[in-house]
Amino acid sequence: MNEMVAATVSRAEVEDLFYLEADLLDSWRLDDWLQLLTDDAAYYVPPNDKPDADARYTLFTIADDIVRLRERVIRLKDPNCHAEFPLSRTRRMIGNVRIAGVDGEVISAAANFIVHRFRHNDLDRVFVGHYRYKLRRVGGRLKIAERRAILDAQQLGLLGSVSFIL
Amino acid sequence: MNYMPSGHDFVVENPEAKTFFVNREVFVSPDVLEREKRAVFDRCWVYVGHGSELKNPGDFKTRPVAGRPVIFCRDREGTVRALINCCRHRGALVCREREGNARQFYCMYHGWTYHPDGRLKSVPGEDAYGAPLNRDEMGLVPVPRLESYRDFYFANFDRDAVDLQSYLGNVKDYIDLVIDQSPSGKMQIISGTQEYDIRANWKLLVENSVDDYHLISTHSTWLNYMRNSGVNVTPPKGELLPTRGFGKDLGNGHLTTDNPNYRGRPVAKWISVYGEDAKADIDAMRNELVQRLGAARAARVADTNRNLAIFPNLVINDGSSVTVRHFYPVAPDRMHVTAWALGPVEETEAQRARRLHAFLTFYGPGGFATPDDVAALEAAQLGFAAWREVPWSDLSRGMGKAGDQQLATDEGHLRVFWRKWSEMMGTQR
Repeated sequence: MNEMVAATVSRAEVEDLFYLEADLLDSWRLDDWLQLLTDDAAYYVPPNDKPDADARYTLFTIADDIVRLRERVIRLKDPNCHAEFPLSRTRRMIGNVRIAGVDGEVISAAANFIVHRFRHNDLDRVFVGHYRYKLRRVGGRLKIAERRAILDAQQLGLLGSVSFIL
Repeated sequence: MNYMPSGHDFVVENPEAKTFFVNREVFVSPDVLEREKRAVFDRCWVYVGHGSELKNPGDFKTRPVAGRPVIFCRDREGTVRALINCCRHRGALVCREREGNARQFYCMYHGWTYHPDGRLKSVPGEDAYGAPLNRDEMGLVPVPRLESYRDFYFANFDRDAVDLQSYLGNVKDYIDLVIDQSPSGKMQIISGTQEYDIRANWKLLVENSVDDYHLISTHSTWLNYMRNSGVNVTPPKGELLPTRGFGKDLGNGHLTTDNPNYRGRPVAKWISVYGEDAKADIDAMRNELVQRLGAARAARVADTNRNLAIFPNLVINDGSSVTVRHFYPVAPDRMHVTAWALGPVEETEAQRARRLHAFLTFYGPGGFATPDDVAALEAAQLGFAAWREVPWSDLSRGMGKAGDQQLATDEGHLRVFWRKWSEMMGTQR
């Protein structure tokens, strides 16, 4: 397994991808961020009380296929997206990056995150959790086929809305 | 005559001038909140949970009900109970998990145990008491009243309150309409809970849940999404919304919108967002409705939407999906919201996935609409810091129209809530 993983991808390459993604999201360069995704990508935020659930049977906080994810970006860029106008300032700390395994062309990877979110007239809201990714090469380039942002908070509570890309 | 009111009442209604105002002190005052807890929440039927959340004997959920810690559970005989989660000995929670299945509730402080029906089971070192403890008298205290309508369970902390069915009154017809989606008449709470705080007064969410006037300005990005997905959301000339709906007074402070559907319904109105593959399935569900209920009732179920506000703090939205949402104040400027999705028990995997997808497009803390509602409510709460200088909220839309002419974009149905609230609170500030 380890040899296969090493032949497929290095942790440095995965880290580079995650750090680039964090930078694009914190900079609100959402169209550039979409370029990191495969054409069938999915984005999930599971409910806080069922972090391991399947979105087909469970009410999530966010469960976007690529169609709705592109629409989410259109919405976020619109000044009438009131929850993100003026835009939040966010800062992501990504750590503990590791490659979990390789299955065919799908590379599973994980990372921990701390995302601080600041808004005008608002508290510092701190989102803590971990990501589970499925990555795939498209034309040699490592891309995100699935990203799952799993929050440690037992309920959203004062975190409020997840109106930015977590 | 001046347009703006004066005086010391929370709610000022002037039928002659066709105006209706609410004083913003009601959104900021700690005193008002304390009075609400006693005069409103402790005298009304407040939502506890749905029977489908407790599938097996011993299943339990712990949750606050009107500010009290409660164990909502099904005992060994299958009876649903709501027990106050507080040890009779020295008061600690006897169940500290969110949910599970229990043979007994065990107080970790001194080791007292209770049966799932609440009776006292065992007390370590019981011989130290003057006499053996009475097992029935010393059990977990149930909420004073627990009653259900079609598997929706409500508690009342006022022993003398009217029974739940009388309290709900006309609301029952609308709950029936929601449940008619299910061929067997059985709906279930779907796994997964959305729990979030809004930094705004709880009454603002009652208003917002049924207020269709804000749709175009607050939710234009959601409308864009629908348009981009091929759904016609353009209002006809002279209208504010894609379809003309009504706001209705259901009595006892309960109210609802009643709107022709344009945004699709999992049961059973196809829209392009569902995809071509879903068409045959939706047609089959529609046929089932017609067979079971007749054409008129089937159309009522499948072609109309309702946002139902059950006084004081439960909202059932039955539209592009079904939500069960209730909320309770943490502070004058903060509420805690709990929301679930509700669906027919017999839904297939594809039907369930469609329902949940539709839910998330609009509703919840990651939806395309709810976060903007939250932003609106929080913006209002921030504005209320100037309640002394800018004291009145205006809810006059539709004043002077007959009751059956109140549109969902009017404020007649919002006034229903405020009249009941005012009646229970007393009018003087």
